[in-house]
Amino acid sequence: MNQFDMDHLNKAHDGITGLLGADGGGSAESLLLALAYIVASVLFILSLRGLSSQETSSRGNLYGIVGMAIAILATLTATQIVSYGYLVPVLLVGGGIGAWMAARVAMTAMPELVALLHSFVGAAAVLVGMASYLGGGAHGSRGIWLGEIWIAVMIGAITFTGSVIAFLKLRGTLGGKPLLLPARHFLNLAMVVGCIALAWPFSDAPGTDGIAWLLVMAGIASVLGVHLVMAIGGADMPVVVSLLNSYSGWTAAAAGFMLGNDLLIVTGALVGSSGAILSYIMCRAMNRSIWNVVFGGFGTGDSKPPPPPADGVAPGEIGEASVESTVAELRQAKSVVIVPGYGMAVGRAQHAVRTMTEKLQANGATVRFAIHPVAGRLPGHMNVLLAEANIPYDIVLEMDEINDDLPETDLVLVIGANDIVNPGAQTDTSSAIYGMPVLEVWKAGSVVLMKRSRRTGYAGVDNPLFYMPVTKLLYGDAKDSVEAINAAF
Amino acid sequence: MKLAVPAETGTDERRVALTPPQVAELVGQGFEVTIQSQAGARAGFHDEAYLAAGAAIANDHAQTVAAADLVVRLEPPSIDQVGDLPEGSTLISFIWPKRSPELVEALRARGVTTLAEDCVPRITTAQKLDALSSMANLSGYRAVLEAASALPSFFSLQMTAAGRINPATVLVIGAGVAGLAAIGAARGLGARVRAFDTREASRDEVKSLGADFLDLDFEEDGDGGGGYAKVMSPAFIEAEMALFREQAKEVDVVITTALVPGNKAPLLWDKGMVESMKPGSVVVDLAAHQGGNCECTVAGESVDVGGVTVIGYTDLASRMAPTASTLYGGNILHFIKELGGNDGFSIDLDNPITRGALVTHKGEVMWPAPKPEPRPAPKPAAAVAQAASATTAAAKAPAAKPKKKSGHGHGGHAAPASEPSSGWLAPLIGVILLGVWAYLRFGPWQGSSVSVEAREFVQHLTVFVLACFVGWQVVWSVTAALHTPLMSVTNAISGIIIVGGLLEGARGGSLDVAMVLGLAATLLATINIAGGFLVTHRMLRMFRR
Repeated sequence: MNQFDMDHLNKAHDGITGLLGADGGGSAESLLLALAYIVASVLFILSLRGLSSQETSSRGNLYGIVGMAIAILATLTATQIVSYGYLVPVLLVGGGIGAWMAARVAMTAMPELVALLHSFVGAAAVLVGMASYLGGGAHGSRGIWLGEIWIAVMIGAITFTGSVIAFLKLRGTLGGKPLLLPARHFLNLAMVVGCIALAWPFSDAPGTDGIAWLLVMAGIASVLGVHLVMAIGGADMPVVVSLLNSYSGWTAAAAGFMLGNDLLIVTGALVGSSGAILSYIMCRAMNRSIWNVVFGGFGTGDSKPPPPPADGVAPGEIGEASVESTVAELRQAKSVVIVPGYGMAVGRAQHAVRTMTEKLQANGATVRFAIHPVAGRLPGHMNVLLAEANIPYDIVLEMDEINDDLPETDLVLVIGANDIVNPGAQTDTSSAIYGMPVLEVWKAGSVVLMKRSRRTGYAGVDNPLFYMPVTKLLYGDAKDSVEAINAAF
Repeated sequence: MKLAVPAETGTDERRVALTPPQVAELVGQGFEVTIQSQAGARAGFHDEAYLAAGAAIANDHAQTVAAADLVVRLEPPSIDQVGDLPEGSTLISFIWPKRSPELVEALRARGVTTLAEDCVPRITTAQKLDALSSMANLSGYRAVLEAASALPSFFSLQMTAAGRINPATVLVIGAGVAGLAAIGAARGLGARVRAFDTREASRDEVKSLGADFLDLDFEEDGDGGGGYAKVMSPAFIEAEMALFREQAKEVDVVITTALVPGNKAPLLWDKGMVESMKPGSVVVDLAAHQGGNCECTVAGESVDVGGVTVIGYTDLASRMAPTASTLYGGNILHFIKELGGNDGFSIDLDNPITRGALVTHKGEVMWPAPKPEPRPAPKPAAAVAQAASATTAAAKAPAAKPKKKSGHGHGGHAAPASEPSSGWLAPLIGVILLGVWAYLRFGPWQGSSVSVEAREFVQHLTVFVLACFVGWQVVWSVTAALHTPLMSVTNAISGIIIVGGLLEGARGGSLDVAMVLGLAATLLATINIAGGFLVTHRMLRMFRR
C-alpha cells in the first residue's frame, strides 16, 4: 500500500473511530475494524428484524451468525490482539459446550437454557469489568471510565446471580414459592445504596488498588440478584426471564461504555430494549405493572387465600370426564380449540397432541390452538413446543385472534392450563388476577380441562371455571390422557 | 293477541304457516290462535290436531282473519283476501313486493302492517327467521331427489359382478343456500359434484362440502351483497357460457339455482347446451318461478327435450309439505319473538330485521328499506352448518390480524395507522439524535474548553440512545409466536461481550490476572454465542406452515 493510500485511509479513519470508539493508532487495520463493527451492528438489527415473521426468521438467525463472525474475526485481526495460544482452545471449548447444550436441550427445557445463558452474559461482564480495571485499558477520563466499570460489574453481577436463581427455579431445583423476607424492600434499598456508596473509596484508590472494593461491591450485587429473583413467584417467571434478558443487554451496553466500544453499546441496547419490550408485553398480558411483578411477591400464598365458599353456597359440583366421554365428545365436535398450558410442557405431551390433532382433522373437525401470552414459562414457549411437534403455525392463534371465535366452538380442550382460562379474572374483583385478559373458553359449547389435580394454578386463585356446567375435568398427566384419547379414538 | 292462520290458496301449495305443535307453543305464550278449516290438511295436519293444540277453527278466510291482530301465511294473499284483513292488523307472509305492486298498494290502502318474509335482510342475526333460506335448503335437497328419480342411472359408483357403472356427474350452478344443499344431497347420494358461482366467497363453502369448484379464467367477483350475485359484465358471461357449453357434454345432471334479487332469473343454460347433453340427462331449474335459468324450462312442469328431462317444478319445497311447514313455522315463531312476542308486540323501526322486512305500515309503503350496514364475513345459511363453520374460521383468521397489530401501537408498523403521532415522532427523534452525534463529532471543538473525554462519553451515550430506539422499533414487529427464538437469538447476540473478553484476554505477553479474567469471559461468551445461535436455528427450523 503506497503512502497516499495510507494517508487517505487515516483521514477516513478519524471520522469513523469516533463512532466505533476503536482507539487504535489510526492504522488501516483499525479502520477495517471500525467498518466491520458497523456491518456487524447492521446485521444484528436485521437479525431481529427477520424475526417479524416465520418465513424470514431463519434468515434473521443467519444474519446474526454472520454479524457475530464478522465482529469476532475483526476483533481478532485487530492490532491489539497478538496471542492466540490461549485463545483458540478457549474458543473451541466454549463453542463445543454451547453446541452441545443447544443440541441436547429439550424444547420443554428452553426456559432453563435461556436463563442459564443470561447468567453467562452477566458473569462475562463482571469478568471483563475486572479485567479491564486490572489491565488498565482506560480510554479518556479515568473518572468516567471507573464509573462505567462500576456500573457494568454491578449490573453484570445482578444479572448473573439472578439468572442462576431463575434457572434453578425453572428447573425445579428451587421451589417456585417466593422467598419473602421481612423488610425485603428495605434490604434491597440498603444493598443498592451500599453498592453506590462503595464507588467513592473505589474511585479514590490509585492504580489497581480498588479491586478489593470492586469485589465487595460485586458480592453485594450478587446477593441483591439472588434476593430479587428469590422473591418472585413461579408464575411470574416469563417476566423475570425477559427482564433478565433485558439486564443482560444493558450489561453488555455498560461494558461497551467501559471499553469505549460502540458495537457493544449498540448490541447491548438492542438486546436491552428487546427484553424490556418482552417484559412489558408479559406484564400487560397479566394486567400488572412491572413493579408489581418485581416487588409484589405475587402468587405466593401470602396474599389472601381465596375466600372459602360462603355457607350454604356450595361451589357446585365439578363435572368429571373420562377418556371415553371425552373421545365421544371429540367425535361429535366440528370445531375444536386446544388451549395448551404449562401442563403440556411438563408432561411433554406436544407430540401426542399433534397425533390427536391429526385424528381430529381426519374426522372432519376444524382444530385450532389458542395461545395465551403468558402460557408456559417463557414468552412464546407454547409456540415453540407446538412447532417442535410439527403443528402448522397457521392454526396456532393468539388470544386476541381466537377469543371472538370461542362462542362458536363446540369443544375446548384445556391441556394443563388454569389461570389463563379463569373467568374470575373478568368477574371477581377480589381475585388476585382480576383484570388479566383471559381466554374465554367458558363461552364454548363444552370444555374439557385436563389437569393433574384440582389444585389451583400458580396464581393460587380458585378457578370458577371448574364449577361451570359446560366444564368437565379429566384428571391425569397431560401426556397419558392425550395418549389414552388417541388410543381410544 | 289474536293470531290467524288462513289456508293457502295456490293449487300446488300444500304447506301451512304453522304446525299444531307450534300453535300449542303460541297458545302457551298467550296467543289466541284461529286456523282456517283444512288449512293444514295437505301437509298432514288435520283440524283435530289444531283443536287439540288449543286453536279455534274457522270456516273461511274472512271468518278466520275477522278479529285477528296478526295474520301469518305463506303465499301472498290475493287482492280480494286483503279486503278481509282488519285495519291495523299485521300480516307476515311472502309478499314479493317488486312483482306485485298492486298487492302492496292494496295492503297499504287497507292500513295493514305487512312484514314480508322474502325481504328479511340476509344478516347473521336474521338467519333464524329467514324463510327464504329454510325453503331454499329444502328445494335444493328436493331438486337432487327429483333429478335422481328422473335420471335413468345410479348416482353413486357401482362395482358389480356384472360390470362397473360410473357415478353420475352433477353440476350445480349457483352455490347459495339451495345450491349448497343440492351439493350436500348429491354428494350424499355418491355423485361427483361440480359447482360454479360468480362469488369468490362461495369457493371455500363448495370445497368444504366435497365438490369441485369450477374455475373461470376471468377476474370479476360477483358478490352483490346479501348472499346474492350481481349481474356480471358481458365478457364475463361470455366466458361463463363457454365453460357451460364445455360442461354440458360431460355432466349427467345440471341443477341451476341462480337468482338475482328482484330481476328475472339469468339465462344460463340455453337450448344448445340442453341438446348437447347426453340422452337421459336431467336439468333441474330452481329458478323456474322467476323465468328459469334454462331456456327450455316450463314453469311447474317436467318436459322432455330431445331425451333430456328439464324439470321446472316451482313447488319443490311444497313437495315436502310437513317438513317445509315445520321449518317455515319455526321461522314465523322466531319472527314473532323478534317482534316482542305476545306481551311486547310492536313494530320497531330501528330493528334492522323488522325494518328490512317491512313493506307497508300505518298507511305508507315502507319498501324498499334503506340499505343495511355492510354485512360481515359471508355466511351461508345455518342449514349448511359444516360449510358455515369452515367459512367463519377462514374469514375470521385474517380479519383478526390487524386488530392485534394495532394493539401494539407503541411503535412498529401498525403505528402510522393507529397512532399517527408516534409515526413521525420516532424518525424525528432519530434525526435529532443523529444531529447531536454529528455536532459532537465534527463540530467546532478545536480549542474548545469542553474536554475530549466528555465529548466522547456523550457521543457514546447518543449512540446508545439511538440503538435503544432502533431496538424498540424493530422488536415490536417481532411476531408473538417467535418470542422464544427472539430471546435465544438476543442471548446469542449479547454474547458480543466476547469482544471485551478478547480485548482483555488476548492482549499478549505473560499470563496475568487480567488476561485470565478476559479468557474466562471469552469462554462464557462463546458458550452463549454457540448455544444461542444453534438453539435458535433448531427452533426456527421447526416452524412450518
